Amino acid sequence: MDAAISVRGLEKVYESGAAAARALDGVDLDVARGKVTLLVGPSGSGKTTLVSIMGCILRPTAGSVRVMGREVAGLGESELPRVRLEHIGFVFQGFNLFPTLSAEENVALALDLKGIRGSAARRRSRDLLEQVGLSDKLRSFPADLSGGQKQRVAIARALAGDPEIILADEPTASLDSHTGRAVLDMMRSLAHDRGRAVVIVTHDSRALEYADRLVRIEDGKIKEQTQ
Amino acid sequence: MASLALRNLLHDKVRLAVTLVGIVFALVLIVVQLGLFLGFTTVTSAVIDHSGADLWVTAVGMQNLDVGVPFHERKLYQVRADSAVARSEKYIVQFATWKRPDGLQESVEVVGFEPRDGMGGPWNLIEGDLAVLLEPDTVIIDEFYKSKLGVRALGEVVEINGRRARVAGFTRGIRSFTTSPHAFTSFKNALTYTGLAEDQTVFVLVKAAPGADVVALQQRLRDSVADVDVFTTAEFSKKTQDYWLYTTGAGVTVLIAAAMGLIVGLVVVAQTIYATTMDHIREFGTLKAMGASNGYIYRVILEQAGISAVLGYLMAMAISIPVVRASQNGSALILLPPELAASIFVLAVVMCTTASVVSIRKVTSIDPAMVFKG
Ligand SMILES: Nc1ncnc2c1ncn2[C@@H]1O[C@H](COP(=O)(O)OP(=O)(O)O)[C@@H](O)[C@H]1O
Ligand SMILES: [Mg+2]
Repeated sequence: MDAAISVRGLEKVYESGAAAARALDGVDLDVARGKVTLLVGPSGSGKTTLVSIMGCILRPTAGSVRVMGREVAGLGESELPRVRLEHIGFVFQGFNLFPTLSAEENVALALDLKGIRGSAARRRSRDLLEQVGLSDKLRSFPADLSGGQKQRVAIARALAGDPEIILADEPTASLDSHTGRAVLDMMRSLAHDRGRAVVIVTHDSRALEYADRLVRIEDGKIKEQTQ
Repeated sequence: MASLALRNLLHDKVRLAVTLVGIVFALVLIVVQLGLFLGFTTVTSAVIDHSGADLWVTAVGMQNLDVGVPFHERKLYQVRADSAVARSEKYIVQFATWKRPDGLQESVEVVGFEPRDGMGGPWNLIEGDLAVLLEPDTVIIDEFYKSKLGVRALGEVVEINGRRARVAGFTRGIRSFTTSPHAFTSFKNALTYTGLAEDQTVFVLVKAAPGADVVALQQRLRDSVADVDVFTTAEFSKKTQDYWLYTTGAGVTVLIAAAMGLIVGLVVVAQTIYATTMDHIREFGTLKAMGASNGYIYRVILEQAGISAVLGYLMAMAISIPVVRASQNGSALILLPPELAASIFVLAVVMCTTASVVSIRKVTSIDPAMVFKG
């Protein structure tokens, strides 16, 4: 089965002034559909950098990145947003919801980006929020939701465009262990029941049990991979 | 779905208020200044524009209606010699001193025309008629200046340059841009009031025959009558306006004030739109990460600007219209024709759009990778 994302020989050097930081140093990785890939490693090891490149938010210094079979490493700033819009849903540590929009409108905004508007958008955003167990919070604003609820809105939003790939950077870091588990449960079911390729970056040792595959990264290199 | 732009604007009501105050301040300032400019322009040339004449014959080098140099009436007969001239009359405009019934002195601008013809005379008469000016010592003034000229009703007697004058009619809406109201009278009376020699005139007004080519006639008169300038009514109107607007600096002053309003508005609006954008910068980063194109993000910012412009415009008009109304009875006329109101709307939109440029540049430069921080 071909991978949702496949990177080869990935290098990333951050040029900041005189000092250049080598954040990734020859990374090869395949992210499979229907599986949860857990990315772990010490702080500063390059996890966020790797996820950003796989998510077409950051361009690598060298190497190849294929997303759903398409080489994206050479694409320009104007083409990358389309790739993100079509294939990738993000979940962030800080939720990154739109504070002036209700839960339903937050999801609808993601649909709007894809050109889905009006009653179709309303139906779909309600449907998505129902899937994450928030049908009673449609009109609530982020400020009135708990951390776990916010992250569930964010997951609903990430799913809005029906992407094949979900990339989550420390999605449980701002949550208590109970709600963190609920979020991880949800992400696992996205992989197992809905066939999404799910990548979770985490520090959280409790997350290890959710991994179908564990990738340990250190100093910008992959140290070990276990199934 | 309610737009992100609208929600972000309404989110911080204090900032929205500051934005709107900035826009409203700028627009009201611009409306008032340009309205004054238009009012001033209209008033300076109103007597010319309402004259009904086609051509104005003046001494060489005349710059405006109000300060004229007399010439010999012989030129009137030279003008009349052209077959394309239907009618032509002598005409005089000159400042004079008006002594009110209570003895106080005011300055007026005596306008002497031929009442049997009516060219260059008053319009909008509300009391009396032109024929009364055929009687000696009669004048017509505008009702607006009754109290200034110390007159309450028809028949009151005053003095103009020491000569008796009886108020025999009132007009409505004939304003003077100087402090001197018009006193319309017959050419014959005007000679007496101004002390001009019997055989002199300051202008000759010409009405061309129906179907005659006015410009060709103008050219012929220039050639056939020595030592005069010949203007079409439109030319003389423009010349008079330009003289008072630009030579005196009055017009430049109001235009500068209007430009200041525009600059102040731009700066205030740019500041507040930028501040709103910066408040929501993380959201713009998120939008980018989610795959929004730059175009989508520009639309959000421009929509913020557009909503601000529309709200600001409506509020500015709500303030300006009463001000304009009040000016009809005040010392300075402010005009707000529909064309000006429409232009101000376009200006509001342009101003707010321009003010968004800084914000758009900022958002274009943000790195979507920021979304992974914290
Ligand atoms: N924008 C950046 N500019 C310069 N250096 C960076 C930038 N982002 C990350 N780095 C550096 O790259 C390395 C990897 O960072 P990161 O991918 O954030 O690691 P992790 O997510 O595993 O903590 C670190 O040394 C970090 O300091
Ligand atoms: Mg990180």
